[in-house]
Amino acid sequence: MSDTQAVRLAVRKTYKLYIGGAFPRSESGRSYVVTSSKGDFLANASKASRKDARDAVSAARKAFAGWSGATAYNRGQILYRIAEMLEGRRAQFVAELTEAGTRKAKDAGGIVDAAIDRLVWYAGWSDKIAAVAGAANPVAGPYLNISSPEPTGVVAVIAPDEPLLGLVSVIAPVIVTGNTCVVVASERAPLPSITLAEVLATSDLPGGVVNVLTGSVKEIAPWLAAHMDVNAIDLTGVAEEDLAIACEQAAAENLKRVLRPSAPDWSADPGTKRMTAFLETKTVWHPTGI
Amino acid sequence: MTTPLADVASSGATLRAFLHGLPGVDRVGADQRAKMLGTRSIKTTAKAEAIDLAIRMVDLTTLEGADTPGKVRAMCAKAAHPDPSDPSVPKVAAVCVYPDLVGLAVEALGGSGVKVASVATAFPSGRSSLEVKVADTALAVAAGADEIDMVIDRGAFLAGDYLKVYEEIVAIKAACGEAHLKVILETGELATYDNVRRASWLAMLAGGDFIKTSTGKVQPAATLPVTLIMLEAVRDFLAATGRKVGVKPAGGIRTTKDAIKMLVLVNETVGEGWLDPDWFRLGASTLLNDLLMQRQKMATGRYAGPDYFTLD
Repeated sequence: MSDTQAVRLAVRKTYKLYIGGAFPRSESGRSYVVTSSKGDFLANASKASRKDARDAVSAARKAFAGWSGATAYNRGQILYRIAEMLEGRRAQFVAELTEAGTRKAKDAGGIVDAAIDRLVWYAGWSDKIAAVAGAANPVAGPYLNISSPEPTGVVAVIAPDEPLLGLVSVIAPVIVTGNTCVVVASERAPLPSITLAEVLATSDLPGGVVNVLTGSVKEIAPWLAAHMDVNAIDLTGVAEEDLAIACEQAAAENLKRVLRPSAPDWSADPGTKRMTAFLETKTVWHPTGI
Repeated sequence: MTTPLADVASSGATLRAFLHGLPGVDRVGADQRAKMLGTRSIKTTAKAEAIDLAIRMVDLTTLEGADTPGKVRAMCAKAAHPDPSDPSVPKVAAVCVYPDLVGLAVEALGGSGVKVASVATAFPSGRSSLEVKVADTALAVAAGADEIDMVIDRGAFLAGDYLKVYEEIVAIKAACGEAHLKVILETGELATYDNVRRASWLAMLAGGDFIKTSTGKVQPAATLPVTLIMLEAVRDFLAATGRKVGVKPAGGIRTTKDAIKMLVLVNETVGEGWLDPDWFRLGASTLLNDLLMQRQKMATGRYAGPDYFTLD
């Protein structure tokens, strides 16, 4: 009896992409080997092609009307729900981060906790950002003049190499204000991003609001930067300077908003900068005294 | 086939005998063949040619209760110059509107070479008397329509009254005068592929210049297998009578990929002779924007966005 139990094969997870609320393989059929920091084999991840990026942008565009039209209160609730789901999978993320060797077991717990807290922090901003980034403007005339921040649209995000905290810290500020996004996960450590996608898929977050691609940043990022239906690009995780410059030049074609590469301390207070980077101000003049 | 083809419509019984004597369609086979042809990969220069050909084949259509003169004028401007920023884009084959808007479309398109097609005969249901249908057709022809898209009486067809359908098509053809007649079979309501084949033959025997899949108001509309069966009917009809008939799938063709699949189907079923706007049309509205976006993608090397093209 013990013999048959000993030969049971573990059921291993197939890491796929996350596009439009579904988990498809890459259209190209390609995959690449992901290893731990010590070089041990971890899994095969899908290697997304430009067509996967195009499909992800279509999915994000389709989801934009519903998500940007949802109430701030509702978006905040859903972000909080993501935090709840993440909390429930805390042990899985700790194990994944430890296995990948990016964190020691004793630090990994803290990282996961920080990621959960970051989501709750951004969830709270959903109905407050308008009060901070918007204004009732004094004008010289009989008008009520109001400026309110509006989501930019579809945002392409090149995620940093910090697998969970960094990833959450770039996704949450984009979606909390009503944008939808296409995230290119860290090329070196993509596995937690797909596990995070499983969390997103079970958090009442409408399909297509966040789309996750894994693969070569060098291959996918220029296509997203040049895509005419992408409204902004966050280059945070682009390490090579040449690639960042090329992306920024391509992004100029349709005047995308660009957040330049940076390597912030992800555990520090993020401030509102990442939210306001992907907001546009709408100002309305309304006659008064009539 | 004992009755010569010219005489099959001499009575309801002979017409029925002829249509029911047509070989049955192998449903699984037709589905498989259409699916297999849909997997052909058309890339680079071939794709560029296919996109331009598809644009030239489009019948740009607006058939809404809410159509305004402004919308029709805007659509006509787009038909003549699909992408105003790129003069190398060919114009579409025709615009397709309701009969009361034909005059407006003719005026808006004056001299551009884009034809004006009009739906008629109590479109889309076809539920009216023959007199009303003929009058509807005459209205469109008098307003200057080059092409008439009529609907067959599906109720009579499904009840087995083929002669009534036949005579109605003959009467409308007579009312068309110089105008081309496209006969809409509304395959989504015909229930079986055998019926699609019978209706295709019926429409061609009655003198239709084109056979068209659908009104666009019923789902499913222009599926690949249905188009395949109609193309086969057209091929067989040419062999039997020497008269060439065109085919127009309409409804549900939204992407460039859908359009290219249709072109592959045409090439593999009836051959290059039909790869021309005179013999094959694509009834569509949103398709044109996708074709233009793909065309721009091929020209600039970056993915295009819908914000840069007109909505209708």
